[in-house]
Amino acid sequence: MTVQQQLNSFRTGPDERGHFGIYGGRFVAETLMPLILDLEKAYNQAKADPAFKKEMDSYLSHYVGRPSPLYFAERLTQKFGGAKIYFKREDLNHTGAHKVNNVTGQIMLAKRMGKTRIIAETGAGMHGVATATLCAKFGLPCIVYMGAVDVERQQPNVLRMKMLGAEVRAVTSGSATLKDAMNEALRDWVTNVSDTFYCIGTVAGPHPYPAMVRDFQCIIGNETREQMQQAEGRLPDSLVACIGGGSNAMGLFHPFLDDRSVEIYGVEAAGHGIPSGQHAASVSGGRPGVLHGNRTYLLMDDDGQIIEAHSISAGLDYPGIGPEHAWLNDMGRVKFLSATDEEAVAAFQLCSQLEGIIPALEPAHALARVFDLAPKLPKDHLMVVNLSGRGDKDLASVQAWLEARKK
Amino acid sequence: MTTRIEQRFAALKDEGRAALVTFVMSGDPDYETSMAIIKALPQAGADVIELGMPFTDPMADGPSIQAAGVRALKGGQTLKKTLAMVRDFRKGEASTPIVLMGYFNPIYIYGVDKFLVDAKEAGVDGLIVVDLPPEEDEELCLPALKAGLNFIRLATPTTDDKRLPAVLNNTSGFVYYVSITGITGSAAPDAAKVSAAVGRIKKHTRLPVAVGFGVKNADSARAIAAGADGVVVGSALIDALNKTLDGNGKGGAATVKAVADLVADIAKGVRAAAKVAAE
Repeated sequence: MTVQQQLNSFRTGPDERGHFGIYGGRFVAETLMPLILDLEKAYNQAKADPAFKKEMDSYLSHYVGRPSPLYFAERLTQKFGGAKIYFKREDLNHTGAHKVNNVTGQIMLAKRMGKTRIIAETGAGMHGVATATLCAKFGLPCIVYMGAVDVERQQPNVLRMKMLGAEVRAVTSGSATLKDAMNEALRDWVTNVSDTFYCIGTVAGPHPYPAMVRDFQCIIGNETREQMQQAEGRLPDSLVACIGGGSNAMGLFHPFLDDRSVEIYGVEAAGHGIPSGQHAASVSGGRPGVLHGNRTYLLMDDDGQIIEAHSISAGLDYPGIGPEHAWLNDMGRVKFLSATDEEAVAAFQLCSQLEGIIPALEPAHALARVFDLAPKLPKDHLMVVNLSGRGDKDLASVQAWLEARKK
Repeated sequence: MTTRIEQRFAALKDEGRAALVTFVMSGDPDYETSMAIIKALPQAGADVIELGMPFTDPMADGPSIQAAGVRALKGGQTLKKTLAMVRDFRKGEASTPIVLMGYFNPIYIYGVDKFLVDAKEAGVDGLIVVDLPPEEDEELCLPALKAGLNFIRLATPTTDDKRLPAVLNNTSGFVYYVSITGITGSAAPDAAKVSAAVGRIKKHTRLPVAVGFGVKNADSARAIAAGADGVVVGSALIDALNKTLDGNGKGGAATVKAVADLVADIAKGVRAAAKVAAE
C-alpha cells in the first residue's frame, strides 16, 4: 500500500537531470551552468576510474584514518536500559568530523579537473577546516566563506583554518550564517569561473553535488554495515543522525535504504522549539521551495522569502535540507524528528559525562532523540547513531548557554 | 502576436538606435517612492523597464542590488505588491514594456499558473528569472511563453557556441547578454569584447541583444550601445538612489529626481552612439 512497498530500490536516484522525485534539479544562473555540467562529466569519469578510487582509498586510510570505529556506548545503553547504542565515530577522523570524507573526494576531483583555486562555505567550521586541511596538503589556495555570526561562535575553527593557510571571509549579508555564506560562495564562483572549484560541504546545491557528496559520504554506512556484521553478526535495527543539510545522515543512511528492516531517523534542529518559529527544522516546519540550486524543503514566509534559521548548533543552522532527504521524507523511508537547543545541550553533557566523548552540538541533537527512542526498545535492538563530529569547537557556546540559563 | 517588447525593439531599430533598459528594484526604498520612480522612467528616457522582484537570497547580485532588495523587503514589498505596481503603472503608460526580474522561489510559492495569469493581467510583458537555466524550462519558461509573456534569458561569457542554441531556444523578446562573469555591479566591460560577443550571439538568433553588467554612466552606455541592440543599467541607478536616502533609509522627491536625472544622462549616451550592430 505504501510507496515504500512499490519501489524496488531507494538507491537509484537522482535521474539524469538531478531530480529525486520533485526535488533537486539545477536552479542556477546561466554563468554557472557550463561549470556544473563540466563537473558532472568529470565526476562521472572519476567514478568509473579505478585509479581514482584507489587513490581516494589510500588517502582515506592513511591521511583521514579510516575506518572509523563502531563503538558500543555501554554506559549510555545501561542508563536507558533498552536498545544497544552504538556510535559511528566520525569524530575520530582527521579534522574531527565526517566532512573530510567528502572534501578528500572533491579536492582530488578538483585536481583532476586542473582547478587551481578552492572555495567553500562553512557553518560550524568543520567543512571549512576539512577543506583548508586538504588544500594545505595539496598546495591549493583556499577561501572559506563563513557567516559573521558563525565566525563569532566558532572561533576555534576560524583559528584552525587560518593556521592551515586558508583565507576566512566573514559574510555579513542576510542573517550572516550558513545560507549567506553559501550565497557569497556562489557569487565568488560566478565571478571566478575558469580556475575555481566550489567544494560544497553538504548533500545540497545543484546537481551533481547532492549525489556526489552522498557518494563520498557513503563510506560511513558501508563501514557501519561491515562493522555491525562483525560485532553482532547482523544488520542494525535502527539508524539515527542529525540533519542540517544532511551529509553525515545521508552517508550513514544510503547504504541501508533498501534494507527495509532498518528503521531510519533524521533529527533536525528545533532551536527554541518548532512552535516558536525559531528553529532550523526544514522538513518539520517548512515546505518545498527553490534555493541554492535545488528544490527542497525550506523555511520561508508566504511570499517565498527565506526565513532565517535558528539553532545553537552552527552546523545545523540552515533553512534547507538536501533534496534526497526531502524525497526520502515524502516516501516515508526516513522519519524526521527534531531536538531543541535545550535537549541538545543536555545530551551533549550526558554523553560527555557517561562515555568520555564530547560530541559536537550537531550529533548531540541526534543523541537527544536516541535517549528517548532507546528506553522504549528491547535490549536486543541494535541502534547506530552517527557521532558525526567532536565537540571541542562547541565548549564556549555550551558554556555561554548554560550561564545564560542560570540567570 | 507581438508583445510590447518586440514592438519597442522593432521601433528603435527603425530609429537606428539601441534601447535603454533600466533596472530598479520594486519597493526600494518604499512602495510610494518606488512607484514614483517607475512612473518617471519613460519620460527620463527608459525604453524598457526591468523591475526587480526582491528576494532574500539574491545569489547572482552584487552589494548594491542586494541592499536594494533588503530595503524593499524591509519596507514590506511582496510579489503581490510588485504586480500591483505594474497595474498602477499601466494606467498611465501603454507602450513601455515591463520585464519582471528576480529569482524563482517567490514565483513558485505564489503558484506558477496564478502568477502568469496575474502578471499578464497586470501588464507585465516579460520575465527574467536568474536561477532558471534552459535545463529547468518546464518550471516557468514554457508556461510563460504559452501565456503570451516573453521569457528573456541571460547569455554569459561562459555560454559557448555549443551551448548557445540551447540557451536561445525558447528565449523571446530579447537576449540579455551579461558582459562579464560575475555579480551585478561589477567592473566595467570592455566595449570591443562586448561587441564581438554580441556578434557571436547574433550568428545564432534574430532576437535583439541587450548588454548589461557594469554600465555606469553616459560614456560606458554609449560605448556599449554602439555594438548592441540595448544597454541595461541597474546597479548605477540603485547607487544613485541610495545616495539620497536619509539616515533611516527613507527617500523622497530627491530620490526620484536622482534616478530620473541619471537615466536622462545615460539616455543621451545611448542616443549618441553610432549604430554599428545592425544586421
